[in-house]
Amino acid sequence: MVNTLIGDLGHYSVILAFVTALVSAIAFAFASNAKELTPEQKDWKSLARGAFFVHVIAVFGIIFCLFNIIYAHRYEYHYAWSHSSNHLPVHYMISCFWEGQEGSFLLWIFWHALLGLVLIKFAGKKWESPVMAVFSFVQLFLTSMILGIVIGDLKIGSSPFILMRDFMTDAPVFQMDPNFVPKDGTGLNPLLQNYWMVIHPPVLFLGFAATLVPFAFAIAGLWKREFSSWTKPALSWGLFAAVVLGVGIMMGAYWAYETLNFGGYWNWDPVENAVYIPWLVLVGAIHTLLAYRKSRTALRATFILFITSFLLVLYATFLTRSGILGNASVHSFTDLGLSGQLFTYLAAFVVLAIGLLVYRWKNIPATEKEIATYSGEFWVFVGAAVLCLGAFQVLVTTSIPVYNAFMGFIGVKTNVALPADQIAHYTKFQMWMGIAIAMLSGTGQLLWWRKQKDGTKLSEAFMLPLIFTGLFAALILLVSKMGYIERIDNPVYILLLVTSLYAVFSNLAILFGVLRKNVSIAGGAVAHIGVALMLIGVLFSSGYSNIISKNMSGMVYAREFGDDINRDNVLLWRNAATDMGPYKVTYKGQYLEVEGLPDYVNKQQLFRIEDEYKAIARGPLKDGDKVLYTSGDTVNISPENTYYEVEFKNRETNEAFTLYPRAQVNPQMGLLASPDIKMFGTKDLYTHVSTIPDPNEEKEWGELKEYQVKIGDTIFVNDYVAVLHGIEQAKDTLLLNLKPGDVAVQADMQVLGERRTYHAHPIYAIRDRMVGRVPEEIEDLGLRIMLMNIDPEKGAFTIGINTTQKDYIILKAMEKPFISILWIGTLIMSLGFVMAIVRHYKDGKSGGAATKGPAGKVTIKREKQLA
Amino acid sequence: MKRIHIIGILVIAVAIMIIMSTASDASVYVPFSEAQARAKDGDDTKVHVVGRLKKDEKGHIVGMKYDPTLDPNYFSFVLVDTNRVEQQVVYYSPKPQDFDRSEQVVITGNMKENVFVADKILLKCPSKYTENEVKVETASL
Repeated sequence: MVNTLIGDLGHYSVILAFVTALVSAIAFAFASNAKELTPEQKDWKSLARGAFFVHVIAVFGIIFCLFNIIYAHRYEYHYAWSHSSNHLPVHYMISCFWEGQEGSFLLWIFWHALLGLVLIKFAGKKWESPVMAVFSFVQLFLTSMILGIVIGDLKIGSSPFILMRDFMTDAPVFQMDPNFVPKDGTGLNPLLQNYWMVIHPPVLFLGFAATLVPFAFAIAGLWKREFSSWTKPALSWGLFAAVVLGVGIMMGAYWAYETLNFGGYWNWDPVENAVYIPWLVLVGAIHTLLAYRKSRTALRATFILFITSFLLVLYATFLTRSGILGNASVHSFTDLGLSGQLFTYLAAFVVLAIGLLVYRWKNIPATEKEIATYSGEFWVFVGAAVLCLGAFQVLVTTSIPVYNAFMGFIGVKTNVALPADQIAHYTKFQMWMGIAIAMLSGTGQLLWWRKQKDGTKLSEAFMLPLIFTGLFAALILLVSKMGYIERIDNPVYILLLVTSLYAVFSNLAILFGVLRKNVSIAGGAVAHIGVALMLIGVLFSSGYSNIISKNMSGMVYAREFGDDINRDNVLLWRNAATDMGPYKVTYKGQYLEVEGLPDYVNKQQLFRIEDEYKAIARGPLKDGDKVLYTSGDTVNISPENTYYEVEFKNRETNEAFTLYPRAQVNPQMGLLASPDIKMFGTKDLYTHVSTIPDPNEEKEWGELKEYQVKIGDTIFVNDYVAVLHGIEQAKDTLLLNLKPGDVAVQADMQVLGERRTYHAHPIYAIRDRMVGRVPEEIEDLGLRIMLMNIDPEKGAFTIGINTTQKDYIILKAMEKPFISILWIGTLIMSLGFVMAIVRHYKDGKSGGAATKGPAGKVTIKREKQLA
Repeated sequence: MKRIHIIGILVIAVAIMIIMSTASDASVYVPFSEAQARAKDGDDTKVHVVGRLKKDEKGHIVGMKYDPTLDPNYFSFVLVDTNRVEQQVVYYSPKPQDFDRSEQVVITGNMKENVFVADKILLKCPSKYTENEVKVETASL
């Protein structure tokens, strides 16, 4: 049955949300322009609020409808059909929700709606109307993206509530039967079936949504000519946006590290860059804002940067959703034909925001006084400039596909491509940005806090951190020279290491010296330590990432260009140990996930049946000592992913551990391999499968060889010894579906493999004088054994054996030294941000009255004490 | 001149440097003929080439060599560029699994002697994320 009600309800909710956003934007704008405390303003405001509340309810309605469509497997809707499937666990249904463009817009809309409510409650009389006008205006733009209305040739938005029959009007199924409902969906992209994909998108979109808040305050400040007081609420919100966006980005990086197989956490993919750019600018904006609040400088820069950061979020949206990246990115969204609409919005916001800024430019107060080079603000300002340059560099390169599209639009054919070696290209600049940031964050912080204790000499503040930096740098370089850790001899890397250490120690000095008495204001120092640690983590894990799976077999296809070509993948035959780095590595078999069992189960222990999500246990399946399933039980399995058991044994210490890199052959996407990672204290060992024998290709069996044997006889096949122990009643009746009158026997055979002994039970059955044979396959050995014939009179048996190529995998393995420092640094940075938010929020509450006037003396003094 | 102006000039200088460096790092999409011409001039910069796999009348891919059991890091195939020029390409990595189904292939690399050595392969497969066919067999159920 096609359920059109829920979709209609959803669609009407979208329209309602759109209309109420429009009403609310207009009404808040009028309220904002009306004279204060007049009945007129009050009326506009209550209308606007009412409209916004209805808007929020409508947004919840849309979400409810869409989730219901997914949750109830309503495949008459295209969204459910293309993003979900019957076998998807509930927590991944949440990921389906935002796998598509429409759902992710919806997620963004949802966060805006919530933040809007918070602002109505807490922004205060002065700010509510102008800020919410901006907010509602943005909501208008976002809801229109999922409107799904077609007027003539103009398509406005793409509705998530479109029915299959309306989406695929050409499909013959729907022409025959419009009420046809597919039985199953096409499923969620397997790479997104990861717990980080449940949490990463909401965090990222909350970051996007939060970036709007300081932007809205900046616009409101320009609009209402409140050039100074907007900075107070904008600071806490800006910090909030920066930490959420930053954490969102790093979650994405961690997901990529765990799930994708490009060998790292950051690939400079345009989609990653598109979020990194606004984040850098946002952090820059926070720094100029702090400088402004301390010494009334850099206000114009603050306006520019907050406005730019939001515009860059819009630009990121345009890049990733318009299809303009095309071949340049592996994971941008599908093009929904909305690029025109997206571009219109982007252009509108750019023109409006920059227009307003230019219009008010002369009115924005700027100081004529010169900032001293020994003041913290000066270096903070320089730091912001460096961050923006870093963002600019990524922007210029990431936009290369846009230049081509633009030139094509005006009729000039261009053929510019992204740099061939993107990582080298970006690293070249970003490493220097890292060095500059580390250097400035140390120096800037020391100078910033020095003012607190007047009279201390410059040299005193710098002495201790410099000594510690020198000592530690020397120590690390010494340890590296002695070979205990990676050998650091690249001068730029050494510089990055030293400056990062300097940043750590100068901020530690501040933490212990100046801030000891007041931990609550230490957020900045903590965040900077986190950033410096992240830089060190990146330096080691990326700069010294070391591929250990070098092909040492000496067998190469062709030596066209000598031996200097990297051969980074190694072939592992099943059960044959191969040397790799310090390890002896053995590929031992294929495993599957079985519901209820914590460990993976060897495929040889499962008999697969027609329903691919079920299998029959061929022996007891245990969790430790507890037997959960006995032979013959039906178990639920996840057939998509195969886990390849790979044992690593250290040749010196004999310590062994097992990794299970996984791969699945997806009908739509080919081989999807995800790594498995072993974490050591000083490094990660990261391995993934690069190629497997194509599972869809039939195995090529060698010629059948027949052996006449008696019980107790031995057969030699391919270096293996097989013994026939006896003949018994067939036990594996499951396979045969035996009926009364049928006769079935099985051979009891033993095969000695390299590692262990295998039991084989090929079956010979007779039903209605027809002979049936069920062979037994020993995948480990590449053997298939068949009981061909029985001669009861002579007591002789004919055993047929085929051999095939043994199973293998091609593996890539690399070591990532000290990657944990990157994750620890991320946590510390986030902690620092949170401390800063708490502190500035409290500060905003207690000092709210003092900032009313522009640059009043009282304010400055207060802030000097607190900054 | 104020310090802020000095900073401004420095920022602009770095920005110009970034743009210029990006322009020189940026690669180009070229046909094989141009890639060969570059190699002749001793220019070993890496380029992008867009093409399709060479196929016979039956649609089977021709000229593809990959034997992981012999050398997992050697994959060779023939690519036909947009000007219908054929070229042998060598890729010193395992063969991408969905390679056979790809409609369009973008390779990055340069010519070395008579072969094009690719260090990156981007595949464009039909309907990677958006499947527009419903399995009709379910209709009979």
